[in-house]
Amino acid sequence: MPNVTMTINGREMSTEVENRTLLSTALREGLKLTGTHIGCDTSQCGACVVHVDGVAVKSCSMLAVEADGATVDTIEGQASPDGSLNVIQQAFQDHHGLQCGFCTPGMVMSASALLKENPKPTEQEVRDYLEGNICRCTGYQGIVNAILAASGQDVAIAAE
Amino acid sequence: MADGGIGAPTKRREDVRFLTGHGSYTDDYTPNHTTYCAFARSLVANGKINGIDTSAAEAMPGVVAVFTGDDFTEVGGNPAGWAINSRDGEPMKEPKRPVLAHGKVRHVGDAYAAVVAETLEQALDAVEAIEADIEELDAVIDMADALANSSNLVHDEIGTNQCFDWGWIEDNRAATDEAIKNAPHVTTLELVNNRLVPNAMEPRASIGEYNPGSGDYKLTTTSQNPHLTRLLISAFVMGIPENKLTVHAPDVGGGFGSKIYHYGEEALVLAAAKKLGRPVKWTSTRTEAFLTDAHGRDHVTKIELACEKDGTFIAFRTETMANVGAYLSNFSTATPTFLHGTLMAGNYTVPNVYVNVKAVFTNTAPVDAYRGAGRPEATFSLERVIDKCARELGMDPVAIRRKNFVQPDQYPFASAAGLEYDSGNYPALMDGLEKVADLSGFEARRKESEARGRLRGLGINSYIEACGIAPSNLVGVLGSRVGLYDAATVRVNATGSISVMVGAHSHGQGHETAFPQVVADLLGVDPMSVEIVHGDTSKIPFGMGTYGSRSLAVCGSAVYRATEKIITKATLIAAHMMDEAPDKVDFEDGIFSVAGTNKTVGFGDVALKAYIPHEFPIEEIEPGLEETAFYDPANFTYPSGAYACEVEVDPETGKVDICSMVAMDDFGTVVNPMIVTGQVQGGLAQGIGQALLEHGIYDENGQLLSGSLMDYAMPRADDLPNVVVDHSHATRCTHNPIGVKGCGEAGAIGSPPTVVNAVVDALQRGGHNVEHIDMPVSPARVWEAINR
Ligand code: FES
Ligand code: FES
Repeated sequence: MPNVTMTINGREMSTEVENRTLLSTALREGLKLTGTHIGCDTSQCGACVVHVDGVAVKSCSMLAVEADGATVDTIEGQASPDGSLNVIQQAFQDHHGLQCGFCTPGMVMSASALLKENPKPTEQEVRDYLEGNICRCTGYQGIVNAILAASGQDVAIAAE
Repeated sequence: MADGGIGAPTKRREDVRFLTGHGSYTDDYTPNHTTYCAFARSLVANGKINGIDTSAAEAMPGVVAVFTGDDFTEVGGNPAGWAINSRDGEPMKEPKRPVLAHGKVRHVGDAYAAVVAETLEQALDAVEAIEADIEELDAVIDMADALANSSNLVHDEIGTNQCFDWGWIEDNRAATDEAIKNAPHVTTLELVNNRLVPNAMEPRASIGEYNPGSGDYKLTTTSQNPHLTRLLISAFVMGIPENKLTVHAPDVGGGFGSKIYHYGEEALVLAAAKKLGRPVKWTSTRTEAFLTDAHGRDHVTKIELACEKDGTFIAFRTETMANVGAYLSNFSTATPTFLHGTLMAGNYTVPNVYVNVKAVFTNTAPVDAYRGAGRPEATFSLERVIDKCARELGMDPVAIRRKNFVQPDQYPFASAAGLEYDSGNYPALMDGLEKVADLSGFEARRKESEARGRLRGLGINSYIEACGIAPSNLVGVLGSRVGLYDAATVRVNATGSISVMVGAHSHGQGHETAFPQVVADLLGVDPMSVEIVHGDTSKIPFGMGTYGSRSLAVCGSAVYRATEKIITKATLIAAHMMDEAPDKVDFEDGIFSVAGTNKTVGFGDVALKAYIPHEFPIEEIEPGLEETAFYDPANFTYPSGAYACEVEVDPETGKVDICSMVAMDDFGTVVNPMIVTGQVQGGLAQGIGQALLEHGIYDENGQLLSGSLMDYAMPRADDLPNVVVDHSHATRCTHNPIGVKGCGEAGAIGSPPTVVNAVVDALQRGGHNVEHIDMPVSPARVWEAINR
C-alpha cells in the first residue's frame, strides 16, 4: 500500500493508504485527525474542507495519494496551541454560528479561505461563497454574521 | 439572580470543542481491534427474497462474518411506541420490523444482509459479492392506490395497506358534520404536505462492543435519547438486560427527529460484536441516510372550514392520508394522530373539530417525527384554509384570525380538539407582529416591487403547538407505551463544583450552557462551576431524551426540582452549622443566613461539610449532597406565535424570493435568548426549505429520485434570508417551575404556511386566480400556476 507524507498543521505525518483512499478518510482514519468531518458522498456538504497548499479543498474530492508531499491545514491547527480561538473561531462563538458543530470545521476552513481571498466581503459574497458548505442547524444567519464580524465589519453581537 | 443565570445570552461553552476539531462524534471513536460493517441494501422497492448466497462474500479477504435475516429470526421486532385504535375500535396493524429483511424487502435501501470485515473497504467489496435472488414485485407507492388495492400489499400478513383509520374526536364527528352542513359558508382546500428527508449533517453511526469477560455490551450511537434506545433494545429487540447494556450517544451532529428512533443497524452491531468478540462499527453514507433515515411529513389532506358570513369559525373538518412508509418507526403512529389531530383547533375558539387520519403502508422509507412532527402538518392545513376563507369572504387575513383568537382571559382554555391550553396571548403576538413586520407599510413596498416587475405578497400565520412532551398519565390514556417524564441528578461535589446528570440529550440545542444557567440561578453560584453530563446511560439516572421541544420544559424542570431538593438539604446542614432551627434559615444568592443575626454560611462551606461530616448530626442528616428528581409534566406546554413573510415573485420565471420573515413567538420564560434565537432561525430554515425547496420524491417504482445532496434541495446560505426573531411577547407556562414552553420546533411549524400564504397573496394581487400551490413552491410550480 502506498505511503503518503504530508505536513499537517506544521507537523510532518505519514500514513499508509489504498490507492482509492480519499484524503478525508486518510486524515480521519489513518492520522486520527477526526476534526475534519464527512457529511456526504457527493462532494456537496463541505464538512470536510481543509486547506491543501493554502487552497480550500473538499478533502473527500481528492485522493490521499494526490496530497503526498503537500502542506495541509485542518481545523485542529486553527487555534493557538494553548487553545485560544483564532479570530474566525471566536466570531463563530460570539455570533452563535454553530449548533451541533458538525458542519463547523468545514465552515471555519471555508471562512478562512474566503477572508484570505476577500478580506471585506459583502453579506451576499459570504452567502455565495458558502454555497458548498451545508449547515442544517443554524439557518446560516449566525455563520454569515460571524464571518462578517471576523472581517472587521460591524455586526451586533449575539452573546455576552 | 446570579450573573449568567436565567435570561442571560451566555456564549455556548460547547462551542470551543466544536470550533477546534475536538468534538467527539460517534464515528470519531474507533476502539482497538474494530471491525467494520457494511450493509447489502435492496435496490427494489418491493421484492420477494428467494435466496441469498453469501458464500462468495464470506471467502473474500478480510471478511469475518456475514449476516442475513435468517440470523435474526429469534430476536424481537423494533416496535411502535404508540398504540392507535381505529374508529371502529380495532387495534392498529403492527407488522414486524426485523433487524434485517426476511422473506421480503419493502423499500429501496431495506437491508437484507450485512458484512463485517477487517477494513471498511473489504466489507464494501464483500457486499458486492453477495448473490441475492430478489424477485421484484409491483411497488406500493401512491397512498390512495395503496388503500384501494388490497391485492398488492406491503405486508401480506396483515391483509391491508391501512395501518389504522383514526378519528379525533370520534364523538364530535356527527356534530361537526352537522355544523358544516348547515354553515353559511364553507371553504374547502386539498393539499399535500411534502415528504422531507431530515438530513442531519452527521450521518448515523453505531459501534457495538461486547466484553466476553463480564457479559457487558456497549453501544455508541448517534441518538437523541440513549435511554429510549436502551429500553427498546432491552425490552423488545434483543432482551439484553438494561444493567448489561450501556448506550452512549456522544456528540451528535443534529437530529431533528431522525435520531430519536432505534434502527436495525444498532441491533446488528451489538449482535455481531457478541458473536465476534470484537467491536463492530458502522457509519452511514449520505446515500444510506437518504434511503433509510426516517423521513418526515408526507400527508395528503382535505380540510374544510365552516364559518359565519362575518368570519366566525364554526367547524374544521380534516381528512388526511398519512404515509408511514414500509415499517412502523417508533413514533410513527403518534405523529399523524396525537401530535396532529389534537392541534387542529389552532389558536381559535372554534366549537367543532373533527379529524380523520388513515395511516398507509407504502414501499418507501419509514416516515416518522421530523422537526415539528404532526404540528407543522396541522398548522399548514389550518392556516392555508383560513387564508383561502378570508379571501373568499373578502376579509383581511389578520382580521379573520383576530376575530377567532382565544382571548387572554379565557385560560385555561379547553380547545375543541381536546387539549387544555394553559396560557398565551395571541392578540398581543399579532400586535407585536403588525409593528415589527410593519404591516401597514406593505402597500408601499408592494408598489415598489411592482415598479420592478415583481409581484409582492404578504403571508400571515398564527400557530400553536403542544410541546413539553408529555404528561405520562394523559399520553398513557391516548396509547403511548412509554412515560414521557424526564430525570436529573444534581451532584454538588465536596469543593463546590456541581455535576448535573440529565436525561435530555444535546445535539445542537446548547444544554451544556443553558441548564447550568437554571442551576446557577437557583443556587447563586457561577454557572461555570456547573457541568452537564448527558448522553451516557451508565452515568445519568434515566431520561426520555430530546425531541418535541421538551428538553428544558421537562428535563429542565427535573433539574430545577433536583436543585430545590439540594437547597432543602443544604439548608438543614447550614442550620446545623449555624446552630439554628432550619425554618429560621434563609437562602439567597448562595448565602445561608439567619434573619436578625449576623450568622451566615456560604453554599461552598455547606458542600464541604456535607462531604467532611465532622460534628455532623449523622442520625438526622445523611452525608453527601446529591439529589435526583423525576419530573412528569402536568400538561403539554403551548408555545404560540404570529409570523409574517413578504415575498417577491418573478412572473416571468416563477422564482420566489423571500424579502422578509418575522417570527413573533411566545416561548414563556427564555433562559438563554441567544440560543432561543438560534433555534428559531434553524427552524425557520427548515420550514422555508420545506416551503420552497425540499421534496423527497419517489417514482412509481419506489426509487427515491431526490436521493442525494445533488438532487434534494437542501437550503444553502444563498437560499435563505436574514430573519427577525422576537420572543418578547411571552406568557409564562403555568405548570412547570421555570415557566418555559419550548422553542425548537416553532420555526419549522410557523413558517411553511406563512411562505405559501405570501406566494398565493402575491399571485392574487398580481391578478392570477391561484388558490393554492403545493410545497415545495418551486419556480416550475409557480410558473405553471400563473400560466394555467
Ligand atoms: S464530505 Fe466532502 S463535501 Fe461532503
Ligand atoms: S451546526 Fe449543525 S450542521 Fe451546522
